[in-house]
Amino acid sequence: MSVIETSITWYYACNTTDVPTNGGVCVKLADEQIALYYFARRNEWYATQNMCPHRQQMALSRGMTGTVKDEPKVACPFHKKTFSLLDGRCISDDAESSITVYPVKVIDERVYIGINAAFMEV
Amino acid sequence: MKVIVIGNGMVGYKFCEKLRSIADTGIELIVFGEEPRPAYDRVHLTSYLDGKTAEDLLLADLQWYQDNNIILHTGDPVTRIDRHRKTVHTLDGKAETYDYLVLATGSAAFVPPIPGIDKKGVFVYRTIEDLDAIRAYAANATSGIVIGGGLLGLEAAKALLDLKVPESFVVEFSSRLMPRQIDEQGSAILENKLKELGINILTNRNSSEVLGENEVTGLAFTDGSSVSADMIIVSAGIKPRDELALQAGLTLGPRGGIVVNDQMQTSDPEIFAIGECALHRQMIYGLVAPGYEMAAVAAATIMGEEKAFTGFDMSTKLKLIGVDVASFGDPFPLPHTCHSIVFEDRFAGVYKRLNITQDGARLLGGILIGDAADYNMLLQTTKNSLPLPANPSELLTGAKKDGDANSAAVTGLPDDAVICSCESVSKGRICGAVTAGLETFDDVKKATKAGSCCGGCAPMVKDLITATMKAEGRYIRNVICEHFAYSRQEMLDLIKVKALRSFDEVIDAYGQGDGCEICKPVVASILASLWNELILDKGNDTAQDSNDRYLANIQKGGTYSVVPRIPGGEITPEKLIVIGQVATKYNLYTKITGGQRIDLFGAHLSDLPYIWEELIAAGFESGHAYGKALRTVKSCVGSTWCRFGLHDSVSFAIRIEERYRGLRAPHKIKSAVSGCIRECAEAQSKDFGIIATEKGWNLYVCGNGGSKPQHAKLLASDIDSETCIKYIDRFLMFYIKTADPLTRTATWLNKLEGGMDYLHNVVVNDSLGIAAELEAAMQTLVDNYKCEWKEVVESPELRKRFSHFINAPEEKDPTVKFEKMRDQKRAAEWK
Ligand code: SRM
Ligand SMILES: Cc1cc2nc3c(=O)[nH]c(=O)nc-3n(C[C@H](O)[C@H](O)[C@H](O)COP(=O)(O)OP(=O)(O)OC[C@H]3O[C@@H](n4cnc5c(N)ncnc54)[C@H](O)[C@@H]3O)c2cc1C
Ligand code: SF4
Ligand code: FES
Repeated sequence: MSVIETSITWYYACNTTDVPTNGGVCVKLADEQIALYYFARRNEWYATQNMCPHRQQMALSRGMTGTVKDEPKVACPFHKKTFSLLDGRCISDDAESSITVYPVKVIDERVYIGINAAFMEV
Repeated sequence: MKVIVIGNGMVGYKFCEKLRSIADTGIELIVFGEEPRPAYDRVHLTSYLDGKTAEDLLLADLQWYQDNNIILHTGDPVTRIDRHRKTVHTLDGKAETYDYLVLATGSAAFVPPIPGIDKKGVFVYRTIEDLDAIRAYAANATSGIVIGGGLLGLEAAKALLDLKVPESFVVEFSSRLMPRQIDEQGSAILENKLKELGINILTNRNSSEVLGENEVTGLAFTDGSSVSADMIIVSAGIKPRDELALQAGLTLGPRGGIVVNDQMQTSDPEIFAIGECALHRQMIYGLVAPGYEMAAVAAATIMGEEKAFTGFDMSTKLKLIGVDVASFGDPFPLPHTCHSIVFEDRFAGVYKRLNITQDGARLLGGILIGDAADYNMLLQTTKNSLPLPANPSELLTGAKKDGDANSAAVTGLPDDAVICSCESVSKGRICGAVTAGLETFDDVKKATKAGSCCGGCAPMVKDLITATMKAEGRYIRNVICEHFAYSRQEMLDLIKVKALRSFDEVIDAYGQGDGCEICKPVVASILASLWNELILDKGNDTAQDSNDRYLANIQKGGTYSVVPRIPGGEITPEKLIVIGQVATKYNLYTKITGGQRIDLFGAHLSDLPYIWEELIAAGFESGHAYGKALRTVKSCVGSTWCRFGLHDSVSFAIRIEERYRGLRAPHKIKSAVSGCIRECAEAQSKDFGIIATEKGWNLYVCGNGGSKPQHAKLLASDIDSETCIKYIDRFLMFYIKTADPLTRTATWLNKLEGGMDYLHNVVVNDSLGIAAELEAAMQTLVDNYKCEWKEVVESPELRKRFSHFINAPEEKDPTVKFEKMRDQKRAAEWK
């Protein structure tokens, strides 16, 4: 984890109270759309790309969070494909592309999303 | 070892899959395909005109070939085989040597040599490119002809229908449609159905000339008659692609086809031929299942295993333009060898013919049209020579059998009975997988591949899973998912007893883990059905399906639709104007729905509260089009205007709709009220429908439109309005209490033990003694009703949830794109 942290920049996204418990919101960072989820039941935060790769819909922040065998996941509201919040792979369909996941940290009720600096410049 | 496959069609692809599943390393595998893309599902080709994309149809994407270490050259046909040097040469100039060569070149459409057949506007129907060309041309066509009334011809006719070509004809040389599969009587039923859809059928016609200068204008027949049309699709049969084999000097059949033995070897034992190009014992198989079996045999033979192809059952079950057509075993045995039992219902469009041995002991084959629900069982009975019931005509009414009789029949099959013929999976393998611990259809499908191709065997696989689990004494629990070991009905009772109000309380009390997209909406729906509180309260918002969470249906591109309630379909001119104004202001596409109201599409998430604020101010309420809830109560105009009307159906529909609005249920509920037996409101297709009689109302229940339409059944006749409402209260609450998640009333009734008699007893005769309780429960829900959009609009806290960016609430999603269409907008096409 520490290795990754050195190469990424942390961006302020929103306050903890802005995110519905066990749900998601969409955060705009530069021109990117990032889905941020608050797993209240586990007190865990996750972030992924907002776009669902299946039909390229900006939708994952409006998806439903849950777990499968204790692995946190999000289900796309369009056709219910599910993606792991840990590594971004599509759980329900081996043939579907993975999504990008981002690290999240919370400091004093403020939520930050970690982005690879190179990525943000593009 | 190096294997080259020529042809990347359905069978060529299956060969690769089979070879890799037997031996995954060490063997080089190179595939040359002439078409520009990897193998796709030709069987469902027509769905390309009906919403599927070329990508949807792919059998596997390029990644799959990479992952399996297969080198695929698309768009590069092999032009020459040099058997001495064991080398193939391609159009692009590639040359590649082989140890074994597999020809899977399929077939081409057979185009009869009719004068003028090369005119512009004549097409064949085999590849995605053919369909693209047909689609482009059909845009300007007012009529089209399909030459050939067989399976492929009818697929092409469906295409003309999908493409909205206003007039179409199917021309068939023989005296009936699908002459290889069905008989005259069956064809007559099919013809009727097709005519209803606007497809004209011309049998006994021999085409003599394609009319027109350069472009098609019509088709003339040898009997002197002719038909005019702007385009022609030729689907008169197939011609094996054996040109390469001919060049290479392999033995061909007298009428084409590459001759193969039982191991699929051609006259050169190092060259194999499989699929539609292969001629096996004088047979070309024009279906995919035998091709798959050939692929398995060729792969096994190359790997030194013993396996033989000894012919294949040509039984088929298809859905042609929405009509089930099946033919199995021997559909037309010689008359003196058998008895035939025939059932025909011209009105319903059902025809069934069963051919039974003289002694009545065995089933030889048959034909099913309009209702092929029993196909699998009858096919198995034929193939396995199962004993017939004393009165074989019971087989014809088999569809009405209850579940137990059906599973008894499945368990009677021998272990080697092939259940999934596409993937040749036997009953033994399916049951074995269940014995090994699998319990769900999806798991069994993954493990055995049964049901993964055409899906026709899925009901039987499910029956086998249930039967095996029962036989092993494993409790078949209808559990919701890994988080709750209870059925929906059990959950409802538990939540009610403990008076739980939120998803978190429920999972803490009765579940494990954190929930998922399956159990959350189920629990949220139960909570709403029990208490009818605002569904976005108590942290339950994120347990709702996305549509319920945003109180609107999400549509292509991520915008939402807005459907205000218009009870009974009655609306004042003033309210119509408001809808128009709101739609103009927020740039929404408007459409009259099939449920007698108006849908406004293309609303940005952040506009939703503003749109509803204006609608509510004008007296509208949520229409719950997004919820598993009461949708519409349709009405016909009734006695206030109609000269036949017996009662005021509009007033009663409004009363019913206002009573049950907002009611959350396991699935959506729809209703209708008709003012007389002419039934203009289509009440008999609804979850509950009411029809006026001289003496009162007839109440029908458990009807369904959708993909499996079912007529509603009569629950009570000639009842007054109060009794009618009382029965509906009981009926709905009983349904809500006992149904599985996402089960419409029709499916619920089909699974209810005791069926309609039982339901009638519970609702009308109060056989369970719960009528008063059900009525009281309904009254609580009715009293608790509030318009949920009104509550959102009035709450700043809730309104905040309706923005796309949490850190830029005033900005809309910039990726949302619209296109223009007929003076309005539409969602941009997605990929
Ligand atoms: C708008 C409308 C089509 C139209 O332009 O006319 C429509 C649109 C949709 N229908 Fe429908 N159905 C519409 C009338 C119907 C009808 C006709 C009727 O109600 O008289 C039927 C057949 C009758 C029936 O339900 O038994 C119908 C059978 C379905 C089904 C299949 C249900 C089934 O039991 O098989 C679905 C899928 C589902 O619910 O799971 C569905 C689902 C849908 C969804 C919700 C699909 C989706 O998830 O996006 C569409 C939502 C559009 C939207 O955002 O509003 N729609 N749908 C109609 C809205 C009626 C209304 O005013 O509320
Ligand atoms: C509209 C339609 C509906 C159908 N419906 C059904 C159905 O309901 N049920 C059913 O069982 N069957 C159905 N079929 C038939 C089924 O699609 C075929 O049986 C199956 O596709 C045969 O597979 P194949 O691999 O032998 O041939 P194909 O799928 O035709 O594949 C052959 C491939 O080889 C390529 N090729 C040919 N020559 C060369 C060369 N020299 N070099 C490189 N490549 C070459 C071709 O371009 C083609 O891509 C339908 C067919 C059509 C067209
Ligand atoms: S509106 Fe209904 S029938 Fe039409 S595409 Fe949507 S779900 Fe299918
Ligand atoms: S768009 Fe996400 S599952 Fe289809």
